Amino acid sequence: MNWVALKMLTGDKAKYFGIVFGVGFAALLMAQQSSIFCGLMRNTTSQIRDVQGADLWVMDRNVQFVDDVKPLSENDLYRVRGVPGVKWAVRLYKGQGRARLADGNFQQMLILGLDNATLVGAPGPARIVHGNIEDLRQPDAVFIDEFGWRYLFKDEPFVPGRKTLELNDKRAVIVGMCKCSPTFQTFPILYCTYSQAVQFIPQERKTLSFVLAKADPDVPPAEVCRRIDVQTGFKALTDDEFFWTTIRYYLQRTGIPINFGITVALGFFVGCAIAGQTFYLFTIENLKQFGALKAMGVGNLRLVRMIMLQALVVGVIGYGIGVGGAALFGYVFERVVKSAPPAFYFPWQILVVTGGAVVVIVTLAALVSMRRVLVLEAGVVFR
Amino acid sequence: MPAVTFSDPALRSPHPRLGSAVSLTGVAKEYGTGEAKVTALRSVDLDLPYGELVLLVGPSGCGKTTLISIVAGLLDASEGEVEVLGQNLTRMGGGRKVRFRGENIGFVFQQYNLLPSLTAAENASVPLLVAGWDRKKAVAKAGELLTAVGLGDRLKSFPNQLSGGQQQRVAIARALVHDPRLLVCDEPTAALDAASGRTVMTLIRQVAVEADRAVIVVTHDSRVYDFGDRIVFMSDGRIEKVEARQPARDVAPS
Repeated sequence: MNWVALKMLTGDKAKYFGIVFGVGFAALLMAQQSSIFCGLMRNTTSQIRDVQGADLWVMDRNVQFVDDVKPLSENDLYRVRGVPGVKWAVRLYKGQGRARLADGNFQQMLILGLDNATLVGAPGPARIVHGNIEDLRQPDAVFIDEFGWRYLFKDEPFVPGRKTLELNDKRAVIVGMCKCSPTFQTFPILYCTYSQAVQFIPQERKTLSFVLAKADPDVPPAEVCRRIDVQTGFKALTDDEFFWTTIRYYLQRTGIPINFGITVALGFFVGCAIAGQTFYLFTIENLKQFGALKAMGVGNLRLVRMIMLQALVVGVIGYGIGVGGAALFGYVFERVVKSAPPAFYFPWQILVVTGGAVVVIVTLAALVSMRRVLVLEAGVVFR
Repeated sequence: MPAVTFSDPALRSPHPRLGSAVSLTGVAKEYGTGEAKVTALRSVDLDLPYGELVLLVGPSGCGKTTLISIVAGLLDASEGEVEVLGQNLTRMGGGRKVRFRGENIGFVFQQYNLLPSLTAAENASVPLLVAGWDRKKAVAKAGELLTAVGLGDRLKSFPNQLSGGQQQRVAIARALVHDPRLLVCDEPTAALDAASGRTVMTLIRQVAVEADRAVIVVTHDSRVYDFGDRIVFMSDGRIEKVEARQPARDVAPS
C-alpha cells in the first residue's frame, strides 16, 4: 500500500509540487537565514580565531567582547608573566587606525600589533598568500588581508613593497598578504609589529590591548586563568571562553538575533501554512478515495502510515531542496562577492535544526489531514 | 477464477451452502439523538441466499444505503442481529471487521471511486494489495480480470482516459479481483447512459454471480430490474415486499 500512497501523492503534480515547494521554501529560508546569522556571529570572533599560538587572553576586567578594548599599561605585562603557571606572555595591540590612500581618501583599518620578538599571533604559513612573515621586521612593514587588498586595490596584482599607506603620518609598506577570517566590521586588516602599530595610531598613554599568554604544560589553562585573576585582578580567558563571551555579548546586546529569529520563524510559519494547507487540500480531494480504501479493508493504522509516508517523502525532498539551495547560496555568495568578507557559516547543527523544523512542519500538515481521514466513515463512499 | 489466499482463515465465511449469505434479524438504525433523531431502518428482517443477484430498490431516503452499509460492515446497527457470510458482525470488533471486509466483500460504487493516479490494472489490483499481495502479481491478476470484462486493451489507461462505462467495468474488476463472497453495488448504473448501464448490469450478471457468492445491487433504475433474481422493495425504513424474478441474461459486454 506504500506504493499506492506514493502514487496518490505524485499523481496530482500541482499539489505535489506545491507541498514540496512549501517545505523546500521553509527549509531554504530557515537554513539560509540561520547560516547568515551564524556567519555574522562567527565574524565577530575572527581575531580570536586568527590569533594563533597562545592559550590565554588576558585583559582588563571590564572588557565585554573582543572589540571592547580597555588598554593595559606596559607594567601589566610583567605582572602577568609573574603568575605561576604562565609559561610566557607577550603583548598584542588591537585597534583601529585611519589610513590615507594614494588617491587622498581615508579608510579605517584594523591594526594587529604583534610582539616584536616572537610575532606570536601572526598568521601561520598556511594563511600566507604572499611574502614571508619575517618581513614584518623590516621598517614600516605591514601585511594586509586578502579581502582588504581587493577592497583597496581591486584586481591589481600583488607586488611586495609596491603599495604603501599612510597611517598617523607614518608610512606603511605592504610587504605581504595573508588570509584572514571575515570580520564583523569588514575593515581591512593590517598585521605589523607592536612597536610599529603604536606608531600608526595617535599617541595614547596606554596601548597594550591584550596580553597573550601560554600556560605551562603541567597546569591546566583554566587554573592559570584563575591564578591570573586572583593575583593581578585581570580577566583571563581561554580562546574558547573568549569566543563565547564575545558571541554572548552580541546575542544579548544587539538586535541581530531577534531580527534573524523573526525571519527564521517566518520561514517556519510560512512553511507550515503552505505545506499544511496544500497537504490538507490534497487529502480533502482524495477523501472519497480514502473512504473507498477504508471500505476495501484498509484500516486506520495503515492509512496513518500511508499519510505519514506521503508527509515523509515531501519532507525529505523539500528538506533536500531547501538545505541544498541554502548551501548553493553560500557557495555562490563566497565566490561572487570578492570585495567583502562573506557572513555565511553552515555548520551541521543548522542541518539538524532545519531538519527538525521540517519534521515538525510535515508532521503538523499530516496530522491536520490525518484527522479528517481517521474520522471519515467508510460509508461516505455510498453517499 | 482462481481462489485468493487470505491472511486470516478464521475470517473466511464457512461453506456457502450451509446458510444464507446475509441474514438480518430485527435490524434498526437511528441517526442522531433527541429531537434530531432520524430512524433510517425499522426492524428489518432479511435473508439473502448465495448464487443470486438481489436488487434493493426504493425511493430516496427509504434506507437502502443504510441497509447495505450495515450489511457491508461499514455501519453498525442500532438494534438487531447482522450475520454476513456466517459471521456475526454485531459482535465483531472494529479491526476484525475491517479485515473481514477486505477479505470477503467487494464494492462497486456509483462514482467508481477509482484512484486517478493509478492505471486501470493498478486500480483493479488494489484489494489484492490490501491483502498483502506482491504488486507485480496483483497487477497481473487484475489484468486477467480486466481482460475478462473486455478491457484487455486498456490496462494501462488512467481513469480520465476511460468512458464512464469503462471506468465502472474497472470498478467491477476491482470488486471481484480478490474473489469475494459478497459483492455490494451501490447504484452502479446511475452515472451511465442506458446502454452502458445495461452493459454493466449484464457484466455483473455474467461475471459476478456465482454459486458461492451473493450480489446485492442498490438501484433506482427500474430498467435494470430484469437483471435481478430477487427484488427487495423498501419504503420508509422497512422492507415492503420481496419479489422473485426470472433474470435477463442476453446482453453481452461491449
